[in-house]
Amino acid sequence: MTVAPATVERAAPGGRRLRLPDNGYRWILGVAAAVVAGLTAWFLVSLVVQAWPAFDTLGFSWIFGKTWNPSHGAYGLLPFILGTFEVTAIAVVLAVPIGLGTALALGYLVPERTRGALSTTVELLAAVPSVVYGLWGLIVLAPLFREYVEPFLTSVLGWTGLFDGPNQGVGLLLAGVILFVMILPTMVAISRDVLVVVPDEQVEGAMALGATRWQVLRKVVVPGARTGLLGAFTLATGRALGETVAVALVIGNSPYIAHSIKSPAATIPSLIVNNFGESTGTELAVLFAAGLVLLVIGIAVNSVARWLVWSTAGSTAGAAVP
Amino acid sequence: MTDTDTRVPGPDDQGAERSDGAGTRGAVVMTLEDVAVAFGGRTAVRDVTFDVHAGEVTALIGPSGSGKTTLLRALNRMHDTVRSAEVTGTIRLGELDVYGAGVDPTLLRSRVGMVFQRPNPFPTMSIYDNAVAGLRFNGVRKKALLDESAESALRAAALWGSVQDRMNAHASTLSGGEQQRLCIARALAVEPEVLLMDEPTSALDPIATKRIEELVVELKERVTIVIVTHNMQQAMRVSDRCAFLLMGEDKAGELIEFGPTAQLFSEPSDPRTLDYVNGRFG
Amino acid sequence: MSAVVDAAPGLPADPVLERRRAVQAAAASSLRRRKLWSGLALGVCWAFLAIAVIPLVAVVFYVVSKGLPAWSVDFFTKSTVPEGVPGGGVWNAIVGTVVITTIAVVVTVPLGLVVGLFLAESDGRIAASLRFTADVMTGVPSITVGIFGYIAIVRNFGYSGFAGAFAIGFIMLPVITRAGESAFRGVPTSLREAALALGARKAVVARRVVVPTALPGVLTGVLLAVARGLGETAPLLLTILGNQYLQWNPTKPMEALPILIYNNSSQPYADLVQVAWGAALLLMVVVLVLSVGSRLLAARLRKERR
Repeated sequence: MTVAPATVERAAPGGRRLRLPDNGYRWILGVAAAVVAGLTAWFLVSLVVQAWPAFDTLGFSWIFGKTWNPSHGAYGLLPFILGTFEVTAIAVVLAVPIGLGTALALGYLVPERTRGALSTTVELLAAVPSVVYGLWGLIVLAPLFREYVEPFLTSVLGWTGLFDGPNQGVGLLLAGVILFVMILPTMVAISRDVLVVVPDEQVEGAMALGATRWQVLRKVVVPGARTGLLGAFTLATGRALGETVAVALVIGNSPYIAHSIKSPAATIPSLIVNNFGESTGTELAVLFAAGLVLLVIGIAVNSVARWLVWSTAGSTAGAAVP
Repeated sequence: MTDTDTRVPGPDDQGAERSDGAGTRGAVVMTLEDVAVAFGGRTAVRDVTFDVHAGEVTALIGPSGSGKTTLLRALNRMHDTVRSAEVTGTIRLGELDVYGAGVDPTLLRSRVGMVFQRPNPFPTMSIYDNAVAGLRFNGVRKKALLDESAESALRAAALWGSVQDRMNAHASTLSGGEQQRLCIARALAVEPEVLLMDEPTSALDPIATKRIEELVVELKERVTIVIVTHNMQQAMRVSDRCAFLLMGEDKAGELIEFGPTAQLFSEPSDPRTLDYVNGRFG
Repeated sequence: MSAVVDAAPGLPADPVLERRRAVQAAAASSLRRRKLWSGLALGVCWAFLAIAVIPLVAVVFYVVSKGLPAWSVDFFTKSTVPEGVPGGGVWNAIVGTVVITTIAVVVTVPLGLVVGLFLAESDGRIAASLRFTADVMTGVPSITVGIFGYIAIVRNFGYSGFAGAFAIGFIMLPVITRAGESAFRGVPTSLREAALALGARKAVVARRVVVPTALPGVLTGVLLAVARGLGETAPLLLTILGNQYLQWNPTKPMEALPILIYNNSSQPYADLVQVAWGAALLLMVVVLVLSVGSRLLAARLRKERR
């Protein structure tokens, strides 16, 4: 460790000679922070400014309109809002139990030596680019869904009324499943982080009373981590809400409100990505506004999530999975 | 309201045979024979042979590293979850071989309870839920039995007065000493035959420590106690018999001497015991 | 398993003993049910673990089996060609991806690390809100970042590689900032204080002590951020337009691997889909190598430092 040679005058903290170089250092750091803060502000402001014409011209009711037909001046965003939430709901309903179970397995059941390797494998799922998931979903899974999965589910669960309509492969169900695969690593990694910080002494305390392994997990570990688990769930939801290309490739892109799980549908991101190139004027402003709506939802969900995770496992948890 | 749960102790006569919660006084409730514990081949404690007598407090004493806690944890099979752990020798609870083939550790732990060094009440549960947690784990559902056990155990732990009006409050609202007494109550509610205590006062202030020590002496009528303590004075105050362990040259703890407390501290047979009780090493 | 000592004759029944009997009876009779339930629940957890691992295996398997046949010398050296024309490749997309990512990295990494250092050394309210903002921004919908890139750059300067780099950089920035802060915080304060006590200026301490010690963590973070940047598609779709010809100039529209994959995926022509698989394999290999490599590198560097 080499350091600059000390002089007697410099040793005094806050002494006049010391101030300028250290001030320069702090100044650079401060400027960088200001730049980043400024960028973020610019981001938010420019989006609002560009979206403004849409609200100015059309008011706010169009956000809940049911019909999307720009050539006739209809800009109903509801099908896309619903589509976004529906596909997210499918993904989350699958990801929560499976993610929690996997996290419990990785944190408490798997032998210690293999824990690292297996956890890394699951986390690597997060590294695969979303467009690759989209390609795989469209070419590999869609035919499988059309030929096997959807007919099977319809025969077993058709009575619920959720499985009406033809088996097309692409649609809400496939998009939801692909999204589930994509948010699973987030759910697992963060859940595991918060589950393993439940103090050993509580686990031992439960064991010493005669609890079975599952009783320990169910009554002590999971409740002990419940705030963080809520955070993991919220974070995964946030990721699902923002996902664009994988969903756009497999959701069928139909601008109507879906009436069944197998229907093709669309989400706000897929709407934007499909129409951006050719839009002008009001339609373009509407797309900006739709982006703003999505951003507000995304920021709200993410803020709640990060706050929940921080209050459980400290501010470094979940850092490995953005 | 009269308290009929804990028998009022009679005059202290060693030879009298009484029965109470802890069993016939003087009878042997646990035996240890050539017990050793090793982790991944490395022995942590060995050559332990002594008997635990009913209705008494047996203390495991010795300097740190002598394997007292490791030995204690072998008694309720807490080492089962450590893959590299190996327990040899024989440990018996009554007639039962604790490590025998058909023995379920979960069931064993309902008969041999444990209180830990640092109070560990379950933070998401209320005081009541904490007190009955052990009962619920063991499949007890009848509210009457739960309520009765909770009250009895909390009284025995000298906590009933403070908490009876706030049974639904969170355990974290209690002070450190109170939390430890809650943990003792929690263990007692299951009505074990033996209660293992791993340095239960080392994380507490002197006043709380004194209360727990008084409690230990009161409780031995109800449940046989094996306590690990690094504090010699505490051992002298609360225990009837002591097992003195010391780390040998091979870094493994071994049993040096076992006997009635008074005798161990005044006229021990082994010179090493003499050195320890005279404070010649810590 | 009854080892309860009976009350001596003549004495009233001891409530403790009565309760002990009741508890033991309940414990014994419920044991089978409890163990069965535990085994079942744990089995479900294991099953879920298997379910979690299966997609990775499946994706890797399909991408490799369908993508490998697309790889050839031409694939890596020639630019894209329209459907039906033989002998094309993805060279223009590779070039575009490399140029865009490089620009993004060169601008974002220093900036992000400096801010990370700032956050690691400050604990005030401002730092806390900046930290929280960075954390939230790591999860912002990437399409909105693309919109931002469009508004900020494309509107004024047209579709270009720079616009894409701007958008990708914006996504990478919070990731690097957080990773940098974690790494710098990991430097023991004793080390820093010792240097300061010897009279070194803070800047020198940062350069000579903090940065080298934090290097493994920083490297991991940067590599992970790059892996993330490589995989982003939506921002590029709105900023670089795509280009079927080779283009090195970042002020012009460029091609990139993610958007090539995206565009080709939904085409009805098998040869175009084949190109998509090949590009997907390339992208996946690079991203996985970076992700795994960064962890191994970090572990290696940490060991060497001992």
